[in-house]
Amino acid sequence: MNVIRRNGLGLVAWFVGILFFLPIAWMALTSFHSEEDAATNPPSFGAALTLDGYREFFGTGGGASPWPSLINSTVASVGSTLLVLLLALPAAYALSIRPVKKWTDVLFFFLSTKMLPVVAGLLPIYLFAKNTDMLDNIWLLVILYTSMNLPIAVWMMQSFLSEVPVAVIEAARVDGAKLPTILARVVAPIALPGIAATALICFIFSWNELLFARVLTGVVAETAPVFLTGFITSQGLFLAKVCAASLVISLPVLAAGFAAQDKLVQGLSLGAVK
Amino acid sequence: MTATTTAPTAAPSVRTEKRPSDRLRAWATRAPLLPALIFMIAVTQLPFVATLVISFFDWNSLYPDARSFTGFANYSEVLTDADLRRSVWTTVLLTVAVVLASLILGLVLALLLDRKFKGRGVVRTLLIAPFLVVPVAAALLWKHVLYNPEYGLFNGLLQYVGGPQPDWISNTPLLAVEAALVWQWTPFMMLILLAGLQSRDQQQIEAARVDGASDWQIFRHLTLPHLRRYLELGALLGSIYIVQNFDAVFTITSGGLGTANLPYTVYQSFYQAHENGLASAAGVLVVIGSIIIATFALRVVSSLFREEVSRA
Repeated sequence: MNVIRRNGLGLVAWFVGILFFLPIAWMALTSFHSEEDAATNPPSFGAALTLDGYREFFGTGGGASPWPSLINSTVASVGSTLLVLLLALPAAYALSIRPVKKWTDVLFFFLSTKMLPVVAGLLPIYLFAKNTDMLDNIWLLVILYTSMNLPIAVWMMQSFLSEVPVAVIEAARVDGAKLPTILARVVAPIALPGIAATALICFIFSWNELLFARVLTGVVAETAPVFLTGFITSQGLFLAKVCAASLVISLPVLAAGFAAQDKLVQGLSLGAVK
Repeated sequence: MTATTTAPTAAPSVRTEKRPSDRLRAWATRAPLLPALIFMIAVTQLPFVATLVISFFDWNSLYPDARSFTGFANYSEVLTDADLRRSVWTTVLLTVAVVLASLILGLVLALLLDRKFKGRGVVRTLLIAPFLVVPVAAALLWKHVLYNPEYGLFNGLLQYVGGPQPDWISNTPLLAVEAALVWQWTPFMMLILLAGLQSRDQQQIEAARVDGASDWQIFRHLTLPHLRRYLELGALLGSIYIVQNFDAVFTITSGGLGTANLPYTVYQSFYQAHENGLASAAGVLVVIGSIIIATFALRVVSSLFREEVSRA
């Protein structure tokens, strides 16, 4: 009886899992259909497969090429992630391994800034950018995405760095190791997987961001999500193209997300859940 | 926003720093922290202060010379204007519905995934996937590929069984946006609750089972109390993210059909209507809403955090 019930619930879990994944699977399948087959009702599941949707998306069939926006998104995401690491690592060090006084207050200050909604500063940032000729400049997004991710990164890194036993660091110091050696030989090996996961999560958030990008960029610095907003209004038969575009632009996030799967919760819950 | 909550403070050291070498050392300890702190204050706090100031001005950027101080006029306009008031209500409705639905679904999924079965890892991966689709792409997927009345998957499947062919977005616009968001946020809730389930005290559960407690009793009296804070955390973090949602509203309905929430209204009122003062007042209202949620969120995070610190 118990065996049946356990297997039964396993089947339910499988069923729900497939149900949740179905829209993505359907999106992938549609992206390989021709536009005519993609727009039939009832849907044509077994239609012939083609790469036309992808050709259309990459602009070989006319229309705007997505490459500039993909490159912009890469610059904004990778650039801001590097800047986040550069700022967050020393900060996390001063909040864990050699903590400043009242380090928990500082930690919570960082967290509270994350809870400030984007719209809170959007207009002044827009006006500032307009007056300093920074509109439509990808480096402005690098700065803003850094501020968006820095609190999460500080929290995550703090929790990863505090996993490094103080006794080991002390022992290394007694043995005469200097700070750079301690960081490279003692701290890095323990904290590196966590730092990598933090970087991946920051990358995801920057890659996904729409509101700042939509308001602050135009032709030159347009990012991939802004490119996608071009598909909001229907343009005749374009389902396969939309699916191809959505899938290609989501691929980096899917890859980064699955790579960081184990630390994903910790990052999303701002380090509160381990 | 500044840190208004009382964080668990480290043991207060009353050591007075008299000698300059002590002071130097204190600054050396603080130094690695400063770049990040200064950066955050400059990029997040200053613009908000500017928003606060602008919110007290009557300022349309098409008529820059007509800028004048109006006190709380923008706020009373935001709160009395029918459209704007509706967007406040829409924000509340959207946030509460999405958070509650994804939390309950997430709990069910977490309970299902907490047991061992064949292919659990695969199912977990399938379930996380929706969260890892770029939000705009997910919204496009729902709008065009699933909801479209002529060739969308939903009506396509209904066609097979001879069902009706509703126009999902026009008939139930807010529900359409909510469903898409629930699909994306359920995995998030599931991950947090699954982590909560896996941090239960297994010995205690075994002991209860030996004592003859039923599955339901164990769930009701052991699992649920343990999960409480994880449920709170999921609800609060979810609220913080969904209160700010712009992507789904912008993509699926473009703020039409009564789905404009506050972030969309802020965007729309300064980006399209150039009403800087009004937009700022609406922005400040979003912040006040967030502060109310955030105060609770910070309390939950800090209680989990304290537990972690004391366990370490």
